[in-house]
Amino acid sequence: MSSAAAKKPRPKYLSLSALLFEIRLPVTAWASGLHRISGALLVLPFIAWLLYLLDTSLASEQGFRHVQEYLRMPVAKLGLVVFIWAFAHHFFAGIRFLLLDLNKGVDIHRARMSGYAVIVLGVLTTLLFAWRIW
Amino acid sequence: MVNRVVTGAHYGLGSWLAQRITAVVIVIYTLIVLVMFMTGRPLSYGVLKDLFTQGWMRVATLMFAIAVAWHAWVGVRDIVMDYARPESLRLSLHVLTILLLLGYIGWTVQILWR
Repeated sequence: MSSAAAKKPRPKYLSLSALLFEIRLPVTAWASGLHRISGALLVLPFIAWLLYLLDTSLASEQGFRHVQEYLRMPVAKLGLVVFIWAFAHHFFAGIRFLLLDLNKGVDIHRARMSGYAVIVLGVLTTLLFAWRIW
Repeated sequence: MVNRVVTGAHYGLGSWLAQRITAVVIVIYTLIVLVMFMTGRPLSYGVLKDLFTQGWMRVATLMFAIAVAWHAWVGVRDIVMDYARPESLRLSLHVLTILLLLGYIGWTVQILWR
């Protein structure tokens, strides 16, 4: 046992600020954690919301126009932007996982690079979409 | 007698594979729809209605919905198994998830075949 390890107070209780600012996760963990969070967001509320939008806009011409008006509201646009982020991140990170399962890009360097890449691609897709609808 | 938990992970290989296969189905459908909307006529009620009255689109969309529900079931179950304790809470969340996902499929059928 080294003395440095012995001096640290144990057990260490993790505060919220420690979780947020002290512990630095590697980028691959961020790609993975965001994949989980985006997946949960897609299941609820986004699938329900999109089914409602598709249902209303296919029901009648009037419903279609109602959805068009509804999606012009800033809150609804914000909802769409968050949906696009969740879908895009889940999509790109998911393809990364599929490739990892096929033993492609498993070495640490390429895994880190692809981790960065999927996070950046998700954000870029979101920004492009937000720019298009505003 | 092996001490088995009804809400446990079992072996998981089948679920793991199903999640990958459904992921590929989702990617293919997404790309097809994306290309159709980007190259087709500007979106209007008529365009949308015409698209979803075609038989192949209805069937493809239903297959997509089932793939999404199956994929989401494996994913949500993973999340619940990681965080939900005790077993009673876990089982309740599993049941609610299944009901929600089956509800989504039912709603999709209703939208497609109205």
